[in-house]
Amino acid sequence: MKLLKRSVYVMMPCLIWPLALAAQSEKVPTAKELIEAIDANLNARTSIVTSRMVVHGRRASRTITSRSWVEGTDKAFTEYLAPPREAGTKMLKLGDQLWTYSPQTDRIIQISGHMLRQSLMGSDLSYQDMMEDQSLEDVYDGIVEGSEQLNGRDSWVMTLTAKVEGLAYHTRKAWIDKEWLLPMREELFAKSGKLLKSSYAEEVMQVEGRWYPKVWVFKDELKRNSRGTEWIIDEIAFNQPIPEAQFAKAALRK
Amino acid sequence: MILFKLALRNLVGAGTRTWLNVTVTSITFVLIIFMSGLYQGMFESNKRLMIETEIGGGTYWHPAYDPKDPFTLEDSHGVLPTEIAEQVIAGTGMPVLITQGSIYPEGRLRPVLIKGIPPEQQVVTLPTGILSTYAGEAIPVLIGAGMAKTTKLRVGDTFTARWRDARGTYDADEAEVVSIMNVENFQVDQGQIWVPLERLQRMLEMPDEATYVVVSRETSLLANPGGWNTMSVDALTEDFRRIMLTGQASMSIMYLIFLALAAMGIFNSQVLSIFRRRKEIGTLMALGMHRGRVIGLFTTEGGLHSLLALILAALYGGPFLLWTATRGIPLPIDYAEIGMLLDQRMVSVYPAGLFVGTTLLVTFIVTIVSYLPARKIAKMKPTEAISGRTN
Repeated sequence: MKLLKRSVYVMMPCLIWPLALAAQSEKVPTAKELIEAIDANLNARTSIVTSRMVVHGRRASRTITSRSWVEGTDKAFTEYLAPPREAGTKMLKLGDQLWTYSPQTDRIIQISGHMLRQSLMGSDLSYQDMMEDQSLEDVYDGIVEGSEQLNGRDSWVMTLTAKVEGLAYHTRKAWIDKEWLLPMREELFAKSGKLLKSSYAEEVMQVEGRWYPKVWVFKDELKRNSRGTEWIIDEIAFNQPIPEAQFAKAALRK
Repeated sequence: MILFKLALRNLVGAGTRTWLNVTVTSITFVLIIFMSGLYQGMFESNKRLMIETEIGGGTYWHPAYDPKDPFTLEDSHGVLPTEIAEQVIAGTGMPVLITQGSIYPEGRLRPVLIKGIPPEQQVVTLPTGILSTYAGEAIPVLIGAGMAKTTKLRVGDTFTARWRDARGTYDADEAEVVSIMNVENFQVDQGQIWVPLERLQRMLEMPDEATYVVVSRETSLLANPGGWNTMSVDALTEDFRRIMLTGQASMSIMYLIFLALAAMGIFNSQVLSIFRRRKEIGTLMALGMHRGRVIGLFTTEGGLHSLLALILAALYGGPFLLWTATRGIPLPIDYAEIGMLLDQRMVSVYPAGLFVGTTLLVTFIVTIVSYLPARKIAKMKPTEAISGRTN
């Protein structure tokens, strides 16, 4: 028995050495490279998405189905399809402006100021979170801090610190899957360092040759016992032509 | 004088009919004064509460500030102009800085207004001094009893507060309730937390800035100093005054119904009197009394209803109105919870003009309804009246 143990001690460095060498030889990407790779996966010229948002409340959960037409990072149009209470509600984002249309009141309302901080349909997401469209590379200084295992998969850990003023979140920390080049977990921090929100990809899928999150969970970390909000992609198509009229305010009433 | 004595004797002689009319008229009289006084009292109470707890002797608003438009709040802050800063240094001005934020009592999200106030201020009666006695690390917070009830917060409870600084970046920290104030003005209670001004200025990175400044009651307001908008007490209470006026206009429909009931009673009595007293009318005219004096007699009889009604109203209504004006009526619920600025006892206010105006109105209407049936006498022939016939 002693002999076996001694053999293991002797053999251990021999076994670990090649692994450590391999790890040392693995090229650590720069934050810029990682952000570009993520953007290549997540962004497209256009995308048309049918998704479900599952909002977990204290007592019950609600599922809200919607269809969105997105062009670049500036233009997005969303129509809510279900449940009946939300069906027909539409939302249009043009740059830093957001309008909603409610069929019950037949009115178009611009969401701005403090209303942007309100919850989107009772979820853990705010309208402001939806509005974020600046490239992370332009507004954050990124540092790749190293490599970690997340849910059994190798990930790069990247910390982003605001380099321009006026960003909602001062610091972000992201775990980027080394193979899929997707942020599998992200944490958003206040200036004081307090964790405000987190999100993680629960399931990923491959669409048109790119990796994309299939189920994404958002959580307001300040809410106690929050089960978060799930965002489930049912269908997604990239780079399909979208008529310009889709992003006109008049489309809200149609 | 003979006419008056005769009219009074006839009136008292009519017995129950007279006293029924007088009672109804007196109730109308008391009700009109009471309801009007109640409305006036509500307005005065609202104004006093606002002055004591919120607006002092008036305010200066940042040029972008409009409390009715929450969209303006984000830009409604700035360094005080020199003239206002001098009043603040002298202790006659109280700067308040406002920002929108969220609190998480028991982990539940609740949007609030975070208001910064100098703890040492003496301009309004809010017990802000307690904020300066806090020695802990968290943000000391003063809240109203209404807010405490809604959020289930108690003194010593801590919660996370989240806000955005001047540049829009989120920040968050722990806050602790250091005191709960009982204030009847929901406008300084519901949906807001009060913190020390300097602390909020640091949190928001807005040094020396404020959203508005309240001046003390003894201080004269300057006219739009440094471009900030001067808001007088009258301007700040104008909305409530208009609400009261609208309410009073609605109430006047009820007054008219009461008055109509009283007037109809008197009108009917007059018609009946003239019908039943035809022989008396004919005899008076046959004895040489002019038609005008006979009409005057009957009109005076009718008009005297209002005098008797005033005396009766003074007998039972006087003590009642005095009680409502001094002790006030205890309100069954806390109206602050439903967004009304009222004391817990509703004290009525009765200006002298209200008594004079109501007296004149009641007397005028009663005299008119007494005169209208009496005009019929002018068409009577004495001979036919004596024989009991009318044309």
